[in-house]
Amino acid sequence: MTVESTAAARKPRRSSKRTSAAKTPAKTPQSSGPELVQLLTPEGERIEHPDYSIDLTAEELRGLYRDMVLTRRFDAEATALQRQGELGLWASLLGQEAAQIGSGRALRDDDYVFPTYREHGVAWCRGVDPTNLLGMFRGVNHGGWDPNTNNFHLYTIVIGSQTLHATGYAMGVAKDGADSAVIAYFGDGASSQGDVAEAFTFSAVYNAPVVFFCQNNQWAISEPTEKQTRVPLYQRAQGFGFPGVRVDGNDVLACLAVTRSALERARRGEGPTLVEAFTYRMGAHTTSDDPTKYRADEERASWEAKDPILRLRTYLENEGVADEAYFTALDEESETLGKRVREAVRSMPQPDRMAIFEHAYADGSALVDEERAQFAAYQASFAEEGK
Amino acid sequence: MAMEKMSIAKALNESLRKALDTDPKTLIMGEDVGKLGGVFRITDGLQKDFGEDRVIDTPLAESGIVGTAIGLALRGYRPIVEIQFDGFVFPAYDQIVTQLAKMHARSLGKIKLPVVVRIPYGGGIGAVEHHSESPEALFAHVAGLKVVSPSNASDAYWMMQQAVQSDDPVIFFEPKRRYWDKGEVDTESIPGGLHRASVARTGTDLTLVAYGPMVKVCLEAAAAAQEEGKSIEVVDLRSMSPIDFDAIQASVEKTRRLVVVHEAPVFYGSGAEIAARITERCFYHLEAPVLRVGGYHVPYPPARLEDEYLPGLDRVLDAVDRSLAY
Repeated sequence: MTVESTAAARKPRRSSKRTSAAKTPAKTPQSSGPELVQLLTPEGERIEHPDYSIDLTAEELRGLYRDMVLTRRFDAEATALQRQGELGLWASLLGQEAAQIGSGRALRDDDYVFPTYREHGVAWCRGVDPTNLLGMFRGVNHGGWDPNTNNFHLYTIVIGSQTLHATGYAMGVAKDGADSAVIAYFGDGASSQGDVAEAFTFSAVYNAPVVFFCQNNQWAISEPTEKQTRVPLYQRAQGFGFPGVRVDGNDVLACLAVTRSALERARRGEGPTLVEAFTYRMGAHTTSDDPTKYRADEERASWEAKDPILRLRTYLENEGVADEAYFTALDEESETLGKRVREAVRSMPQPDRMAIFEHAYADGSALVDEERAQFAAYQASFAEEGK
Repeated sequence: MAMEKMSIAKALNESLRKALDTDPKTLIMGEDVGKLGGVFRITDGLQKDFGEDRVIDTPLAESGIVGTAIGLALRGYRPIVEIQFDGFVFPAYDQIVTQLAKMHARSLGKIKLPVVVRIPYGGGIGAVEHHSESPEALFAHVAGLKVVSPSNASDAYWMMQQAVQSDDPVIFFEPKRRYWDKGEVDTESIPGGLHRASVARTGTDLTLVAYGPMVKVCLEAAAAAQEEGKSIEVVDLRSMSPIDFDAIQASVEKTRRLVVVHEAPVFYGSGAEIAARITERCFYHLEAPVLRVGGYHVPYPPARLEDEYLPGLDRVLDAVDRSLAY
């Protein structure tokens, strides 16, 4: 044992073969590729796909447009509020509106969502008041909404953890004999986390009714997708034994159709699906980030031409589904929303200092009770001195 | 009165059976918990009687086990998770610390996660590396978790019942080298609260505080000391988070001397917390500094050296003598 260990330790750390392999990394297919499901081109042209179709009424089309516009307006307001010092941080979804609204509108009320911290558009679709999303970014709470009111779980900050919660929840749905589905959001960075791989394993083994919705926005803070994978992410599913599909993440119609199909598959008891929404993070990772340090302006410009809102607007105009009056009214609604969000954030009350002792334990704790009493007495001592 | 003599392993098995029987939302999850009944047979026969849907053999992925248990709890289930050995819990440590412990507070009390994480722990069984550790302080340090360990069959039975009924996540450390120790279990009468310490032996000269596998060692040390005319009280802590400081204080105010014993390393161990708090509470009662006996600040040694590392009768008595010499 000792002899072998010593011999092994004397070997060079890297064999020459390994070194040469490391010098020639396989090119990661990062172009959208022919496998990309698309129903609406960046130019606003409606196209057909052999496996996915969608037939929406004029009202539904306008609804998707409205969702994206209002979500973008809310997001812009939050970014502005951070710049004004009203929020400590903001994680913008700019550019990912189609992925979030398309998938979010595919859900039924009884489905359950496990988001990351950037799913503001999905929250919008679920009926979570956007002002509720801002408490954690202002620092007044860690998540201010009741997950069971809208079947929208709290934002999860540690990357990828929620994919396991979604899988467990879906295992519970199956045990209950319900035909609801569960959707777990995550990103290209999270795809490297062990928890995501374990979620794929568990969901496949138990045939859990869950859809893994990966928004590949090309950047995990400063790291490009090439630093996460050498295969297109949707192809990961195959190794776990369930289908994966890559969809144009800036095409709200395709995102809706593909997610709807994956959810239906889950409801039929056919197990998980991985959807990779191929999109782009137009803004910074968060307001603390500076993307000019690691990516070129040209890249952003190339994605601007694929803007999710612009292409749907072109389609709506060309089809005569929405007129100028509609767009003007929507602009006004956007401004009203921005104003409401602004005022709501500025009027959020400072939490009571004793709140830190609440909810550490559901059944209470003698230790927390003792520390609460000590803290209260300490605070009270100042009041007495002030008399 | 249903008094029955059984091993700690059997008591846990009976308690889990009762939990499955009582509440259809209760689930057991873990590696090899099904047909095999777990590597220590704690879940023996449960899958046969309650089915694969309720006694679930999982993939070998601890983070996945705890993470999916959280999801099941969010759906209304009450999962009882088995981690096969103490040293294998760390892949799940992130899910336990960042999610399981904090989700109730994160949701401002709207979410409850009644998950029990069972961990056979401690040394003394001559095992290979990672099979003999005592990581309880790593969990007790985290707000949102409750951490307990029974030392006898009756507590094993009842504390498991109470852990399953708790709306907080409970890390349930099972003293694996005591699994086959037998004791009387009254399956009809609840002995006390989950987080109450109990006096395992009364005495007047010194208090020994221990939990899990070290309670037996301390009782033996107290019996040996008795022959030398020393009267030792043994407090079985039972809960490492929260800690029943009132019970320790009451004992120390009587005996004026305290020695804390655990297998885990002394450095930053639960003995440190007990020593600090009891010194604060009982400063004018103490005749000697609070002493600690435990593992050293080294990785758990190979099996043939573990008896040197683990606190035994003589090391406990040595600390007793040092305390009494003040």
